[in-house]
Amino acid sequence: MMSETKEKIAASAAETMPLETMTGAQMVIRALKDQGVSHIFGYPGGAVLPIYDALFEAEGIEHVLVRHEQGAAHAAEGYARSTGKPGVLLVTSGPGATNAVTGLTDALMDSIPIVMLSGQVPTHLIGTDAFQECDTVGITRPCTKNNWLVKHVNDLSRTIHEAFEIATTGRPGPVVVDIPKDIQFQSGSYVGPRGLHHRTYRPRTDPDAAAITQAVAMMAVAKRPVFYTGGGIINSGPQASQLLRELVDLTGFPVTSTLMGLGAFPASRPEWLGMLGMHGTWEANHAMHDCDLMICLGARFDDRVTGRIAAFSPGSKKIHLDIDPSQINKVVRTDLGIIADAGKAIAAMIAAWKSGGHTKPDISGWWDQINRWRGRKSLAFKHSDTLIKPQYAIDRLYQLTRGRDVYVTTEVGQHQMWAAQRFHFEQPNRWMTSGGLGTMGYGLPAAVGVQVAHPDALVIDIAGEASVQMTMQEMSTAMQYELPIKIFILNNEYMGMVRQWQELLHGGRYSHSYSEALPDFVKMAEAFGCLGLRAEKPAELDASILEMINTRRPVLFDCRVDPMENIFPMIPSGAAHNEMILGDLGEAEVSAAGKTMV
Amino acid sequence: MLYEKDTGTTVRESHTITVLVDNEAGVLARVIGLFSGRGYNIESLTVAEVDPAAHTSRITIVTSGTPQVIEQIEAQLARLVPVHKVNNWTSQEGGIEREMALVKVAGSGDAPMKALRLADTFRARTVDTTQSSFVFEITGAPAKINAFIEELRPLGLIDVSRTGVAAMSRGPEAM
Ligand SMILES: Cc1ncc(C[n+]2csc(CCOP(=O)(O)OP(=O)(O)O)c2C)c(N)n1
Ligand SMILES: [Mg+2]
Repeated sequence: MMSETKEKIAASAAETMPLETMTGAQMVIRALKDQGVSHIFGYPGGAVLPIYDALFEAEGIEHVLVRHEQGAAHAAEGYARSTGKPGVLLVTSGPGATNAVTGLTDALMDSIPIVMLSGQVPTHLIGTDAFQECDTVGITRPCTKNNWLVKHVNDLSRTIHEAFEIATTGRPGPVVVDIPKDIQFQSGSYVGPRGLHHRTYRPRTDPDAAAITQAVAMMAVAKRPVFYTGGGIINSGPQASQLLRELVDLTGFPVTSTLMGLGAFPASRPEWLGMLGMHGTWEANHAMHDCDLMICLGARFDDRVTGRIAAFSPGSKKIHLDIDPSQINKVVRTDLGIIADAGKAIAAMIAAWKSGGHTKPDISGWWDQINRWRGRKSLAFKHSDTLIKPQYAIDRLYQLTRGRDVYVTTEVGQHQMWAAQRFHFEQPNRWMTSGGLGTMGYGLPAAVGVQVAHPDALVIDIAGEASVQMTMQEMSTAMQYELPIKIFILNNEYMGMVRQWQELLHGGRYSHSYSEALPDFVKMAEAFGCLGLRAEKPAELDASILEMINTRRPVLFDCRVDPMENIFPMIPSGAAHNEMILGDLGEAEVSAAGKTMV
Repeated sequence: MLYEKDTGTTVRESHTITVLVDNEAGVLARVIGLFSGRGYNIESLTVAEVDPAAHTSRITIVTSGTPQVIEQIEAQLARLVPVHKVNNWTSQEGGIEREMALVKVAGSGDAPMKALRLADTFRARTVDTTQSSFVFEITGAPAKINAFIEELRPLGLIDVSRTGVAAMSRGPEAM
């Protein structure tokens, strides 16, 4: 039924644009080009062979052959996050599609625009349990913003253009276009992207003027304000980060950010409080708890941020800006919701602040309090001359790479949190991490995607020895395409984050969290043709890091760190922001209810 | 839920929500998947194409939850890509809600005749009659149908088929 309407629309478009006839496979390539796609990450198989055949002759699109479809999805995410453009992956039916599901879910949770094109068995075999058939649209429905099974060749080009529109606008996210093999062979009419718009989908991006006025009025009288910023600012584009700086210049308010928002506000500025949440700084979390006005810009009150909801920032009024209306009042009641693109809303706030004749409010008392919290130096750690402390390793990595064109990806675990706390960013799009889904194995393929987009940059995956083994095979991709990514493993011989929870919550019973039978990472690097480096003592760290930086090919760095170090501060599950524990405060107290939380 | 602690509101209310969608493959699965995936309740569900030319279908769902959950359900539905419009008939004045049911009673003695008299009081139509059974068709608000069914239970009720709720606003406006 759908195809009839689409054909009608296609027909009306044809009056202005000449239609070209080509095969479905050629349409795929043409549509990608018309969408400005220059790189795709993929893996061939029976159900996508016609597309691969069309790709064989195609110019202007570079295909990066990954080693596992999950890698293609994360590479597409890294590409997207570091460029602001959509990432594209091409996979075959059945296992090709199911392998990509983790990456799609990751992109959904973190609002990353990626477009997956998958092959499907021919239409006449759908539903027969054909070889490598799976219900791709069924499986990916809950982990995509939208998805389509294309049943008519004349729907194909339009559907792909629609997919790009939906992936990249509003709250960005992953989409899937599933293309049966017979459709790839059939000939039909190609429609270009110009003038095509989805029938129903109209995300709201302009803020309500009255809401902006009200927000500015609340800001002007706040005594203890805080900006709580998130990935929405980064998704809005670099302009939004610039505007945030301007808004902070005008108001003088302190700024904290979620894991996903790091880089939107320069870490070197005095208003920067560091990251908030479960492993946030003392000052950021206390400011969140004690503020009288919380201005949430493009974040979503994730449980890693809020801690126990009932005790979350009890005395504050809350303004929540989000492009997705369903986020307002989802977990925390807000006093003022603003549904808009972050950049547009911040621009409107700046304009309203200026036209309202507001000047920087006197919040010096609040800053005094914040500075007392800062004095607690919650990220401090005890240095060792014999063991490399993971914090020290990150500090050295940060110092020795400063001033370079650096992009950082991470895996998931303690190393991710140390990186978030200590590797500072001045710009958006420089920090790629799996926040919402917490996907071990994200960082290495994401680094591949980032390096593809930025061939001359220094791209570092800050990794854990357990996580990195999940997508290790993408080292081979890095070699094939001469992508000089650096994989900096904080090797603590444990699934450190799991071990830490077992220490704090399960009586130190380290059930299956020791990284037994680890490969020799240096030899492994060599087997891939990469450079393998190892540092075991603090004194040898700098020289090895410099060697890594100065090597123009992939490097796997086995940095042996203190296995028992824990990541602090920590808000134990089920606790409030002001119940943070620090490394030096001894045993954590976790409530029975807290133990059941994740 | 965390949320209920936050506001102290834990009273569950039943709400009738209509969703106007593009009639395309998978849209119903997306709507239902939203309910199961996020742990929302579906009490009844009605779907049919309503405008073949515009390819739109109307899905009417009776759901229940705290006011906060209902608000989330509406917002989550509204952000689905193929959704045109979401309407909550319960939280606005003057929504019309109607449901149809077929109800079968069977038995001997005077129970079937009692059922017939009851059907008359409820303005149900008799659509099938045998020596020992009746099938009634009843239309009305869900509460009326509930009452009819309950009263028929001791009178030989053996089968019930309900359509789920269809809803519409009163007055001159469309949805
Ligand atoms: C795919 C996946 N499986 C399991 C987990 C649960 N998990 C979170 S952190 C972690 C340990 C990570 O260990 P490692 O990579 O060595 O990092 P470390 O914490 O030691 O820095 C595990 C198993 C996860 N996040 N992702
Ligand atoms: Mg580890």
